[in-house]
Amino acid sequence: MAVKGRVWRFGDNVDTDAIIPARYLHTSDPSELARHCMEDADQRFASGVQHGDIIVGGRNFGCGSSREHAPMAIKAAGVSCVIAASFARIFFRNALNVGLPILESPEAARRLEDGDMVEVFLDEGLIRNTSRGEEYRAIPLPEFMQRIVDCGGIINYIREKIGMTP
Amino acid sequence: MGMTITEKILAAHAGRDHVEPGELITVKVDMVLGNDITAPVAIDQFRKTGASKVFDPNKIALVPDHFVPNKDIKSALQCARLREFAKEQGIPHYFEVGRMGIEHCLLPEQGLVRPGDVIIGADSHTCTYGALGAFATGVGSTDMAAAMTLGEIWLKVPESMKFVYFGRPRRWVYGKDLILYTIGHIGVDGATYKAMEFCGDSIENLSIDSRFTMANMAVEAGAKNGIMAADEVTLEYLRERAKGPYQVFESDPDANYGAVYEYDVSEIEPQVAFPHLPSNVKPISEVGELPIDQVVIGSCTNGRMEDLRAAAEVLRGRRVHPEVRLLVFPGTQQVYLQAMREGLLEIFVEADAAISTPTCGPCLGGHMGVLAEGERALATTNRNFVGRMGHPKSEVYLSNAAVAAASAVKGRIASPEEV
Ligand code: SF4
Repeated sequence: MAVKGRVWRFGDNVDTDAIIPARYLHTSDPSELARHCMEDADQRFASGVQHGDIIVGGRNFGCGSSREHAPMAIKAAGVSCVIAASFARIFFRNALNVGLPILESPEAARRLEDGDMVEVFLDEGLIRNTSRGEEYRAIPLPEFMQRIVDCGGIINYIREKIGMTP
Repeated sequence: MGMTITEKILAAHAGRDHVEPGELITVKVDMVLGNDITAPVAIDQFRKTGASKVFDPNKIALVPDHFVPNKDIKSALQCARLREFAKEQGIPHYFEVGRMGIEHCLLPEQGLVRPGDVIIGADSHTCTYGALGAFATGVGSTDMAAAMTLGEIWLKVPESMKFVYFGRPRRWVYGKDLILYTIGHIGVDGATYKAMEFCGDSIENLSIDSRFTMANMAVEAGAKNGIMAADEVTLEYLRERAKGPYQVFESDPDANYGAVYEYDVSEIEPQVAFPHLPSNVKPISEVGELPIDQVVIGSCTNGRMEDLRAAAEVLRGRRVHPEVRLLVFPGTQQVYLQAMREGLLEIFVEADAAISTPTCGPCLGGHMGVLAEGERALATTNRNFVGRMGHPKSEVYLSNAAVAAASAVKGRIASPEEV
């Protein structure tokens, strides 16, 4: 599967309070969360983000709380993929579980600039920077996690496991 | 090759003799936890699995603590969903306002988490229970739903890092200072995906409350879990609490560690974490002149008796600075009651502090003490991210409870030695 969009560049240690501040956690309605996505990191994000755009972070993206509202908000904002040098552990699990594609690529995280246009081939872990004519590789997901993604998230995986039809 | 305590607990719950770091395994869980923010999402996901019953109602704990007593209509709805789900599924460990506490203070106090257990919670500070020699880690709501359905969860066995503390702590140094110092040393991603194992004679001499504080903040270094072996102090704490039998594990002498760090505790001063990362620490002697608007004493990190006693010791017979608001949040109803019996609440009120019923409240900028633009707070909580306690242009500094109390008196970040 390939996705395409414009890069929104953030730094290291983007935390879950920056992705979706706790003051909005009295709801889990995705469209409402999307309206405040990245609010404390970049005021322009929620109104400026276009469907398909890509978030690029540095090290330790998504650190902090276990709120699944963070990947939910990013996904509901229309972001097609998050690329970072590394992800915080709980965010990584949550993103897989809610079906937000994420790629770990220190190289892409270093090279991609705000506003670059990129094409991402999720299955192969290939990131093509069409603004600069560069290509980067992402670290592939372990097979077990790929299976969860292929099932469409952990819920479908469980449905199979307890004998419900997906 | 021997195994670490983390590896042993995971192996036992995977029905295996041995596990290696990096292996993906499925483990049985002894307790699954959710709160008023994360559990409503987990309940939605649980419904989607098609299951009608949770795997074991006795192994689920639901604690409304973040936005309670309900701060607005939406929070009230979230709590109502928790309450209804507990009723529908016959979950006994649901803790209503008036009987509750901050989840990570409450579960150990109720004896619901024990040495050797595997606990997963839809809250990142679930790692707190590692202080009792359990494997405990935070996950998201969908993982919580999966665990409520199946009674198990997939995990990657973490590599362990060993943190050895030796020597006698100075006056006014607590578990909070040791963990802040450590995070300052290794960074907020210094232990990402790893198990932080705390040991050494300083840990053996540490109170159970300080141990909870240390394990609580393992996630602030990115760790999957923080853990310390259960000893006499732990068993004493559990004696009249633990619900059911438990098994004590400890690391083998030839266990494998990805890294080993040693700290001479006698050299560690009380620490203060500056905005906007818990790793941004300075010893109290290097803080300088920093006037504050608010002080918060409480949270799952420092809302226990040791913290309230330390704060009261500093505040006894003194008054909070006229330009400072001091808020005190006992971690649980039991802590509240004990503090009342010991006369600590009287000391706080006489010092002009506001005392709250147990709640997460201001820790996450939820309610009960949200900061305005440009305000600065010193808190005994665990996170000082941008906007954590309110306005994105407010600031949060982190410290232990004695430093917090001294600062409330002085009106600026100050050492207890100065009051
Ligand atoms: S006190 Fe703060 S850190 Fe602890 S559970 Fe509540 S919101 Fe989270």
